[in-house]
Amino acid sequence: MHSFLSRLNTLFAFTISVLAVLTIGVFISTYFEKYHETVSIGVNKPIVKHMTDYSANRKKNDLGVLQLNLDMNLNQLFDWNVKVLFLYLIAEYVTPTNSLNQVVLWDKIIRRGENARIYLHDIATKYYFWDDGENLRSNNVTLSLAWNIIPNAGRLLHVPANGSTSFIFSDQYTTSRAASPKSSS
Amino acid sequence: MELFSFVDDIKRMDKRQAIYQILNFGMIISTALMIWKGLMVVTSSESPIVVVLSGSMEPAFYRGDLLMLTNYREEPIRAGDIVVFRIEGRDIPIVHRVLKVHERDDGYVKFLTKGDNNQVDDRGLYAPGQLWLEKKDVIGRARGFLPYIGMVTIVMNDHPQLKYLVLAVLGFFVLVHREN
Repeated sequence: MHSFLSRLNTLFAFTISVLAVLTIGVFISTYFEKYHETVSIGVNKPIVKHMTDYSANRKKNDLGVLQLNLDMNLNQLFDWNVKVLFLYLIAEYVTPTNSLNQVVLWDKIIRRGENARIYLHDIATKYYFWDDGENLRSNNVTLSLAWNIIPNAGRLLHVPANGSTSFIFSDQYTTSRAASPKSSS
Repeated sequence: MELFSFVDDIKRMDKRQAIYQILNFGMIISTALMIWKGLMVVTSSESPIVVVLSGSMEPAFYRGDLLMLTNYREEPIRAGDIVVFRIEGRDIPIVHRVLKVHERDDGYVKFLTKGDNNQVDDRGLYAPGQLWLEKKDVIGRARGFLPYIGMVTIVMNDHPQLKYLVLAVLGFFVLVHREN
């Protein structure tokens, strides 16, 4: 009883089994990987402005403006189960009303094979640093970097980088319209 | 002629055998249902496995990739997380990354999302006048990733006739097939 259909069925089942076993093998082989790395983050010229946030509540909100210095080498993070590395820089601070505020200021996608040695000097933030209110003045902000590992198959890990930095915004609003964040990629 | 050997199988089937096959068929369906419902309990997400339908998260997720979700209440939503959420007036859930989080002292959280491959945040996608997402909008957070598998469901949804054909053929063979 070896009809054409039964041969086709066996072949198909075997292909699927081999693929499944290989995928599980790749997943298990990188399961205990920690993906830690140290980065250096620097802040330059942080100022606070008081402007209308037309993207949100259309009220006067605090807008933080700053320049970033980033220095890291993430080539070590790429093993055979890392398809894409998604880097994101979080500004975290506390306000009287909110116990936690997180704003992503910058992110970057690094695909396998692309250069993961990143050295950026005095770049503008990629996203606006709008506060949800008027609480950025004299506020202590912590900048930290993290990455999301997108595997070929497996877990979607979020790993915080070693090395974060803190700074305090000025207690005065800056009124000059000279410096505004520009999109930079 | 071996292709049509099932015709003989049917002819030779007695009543007991027929009932056995139908029960077997029901068993397969209820097992699949129980696995799905069991996953819902384990992950506390109403939809523990989703298929990526758009390219807005490329190059991380492409059309047809499979995501495994969890939605534990004690797990906080943080910037950088990949959330699956539902917008009022839209049937299809969206998979995007959290860009901003504001969490009040009383535990109320509001957050803003953006697709990795999109130039702007999602405020244009939300319901008119909606500026933030809340916990109630979230179906789950992406925890696991499997490429390509979801392509099967995408093809089936694009060609409904194919779906019914495959279901009919599978159902027929389960009912007819005899274990030797």
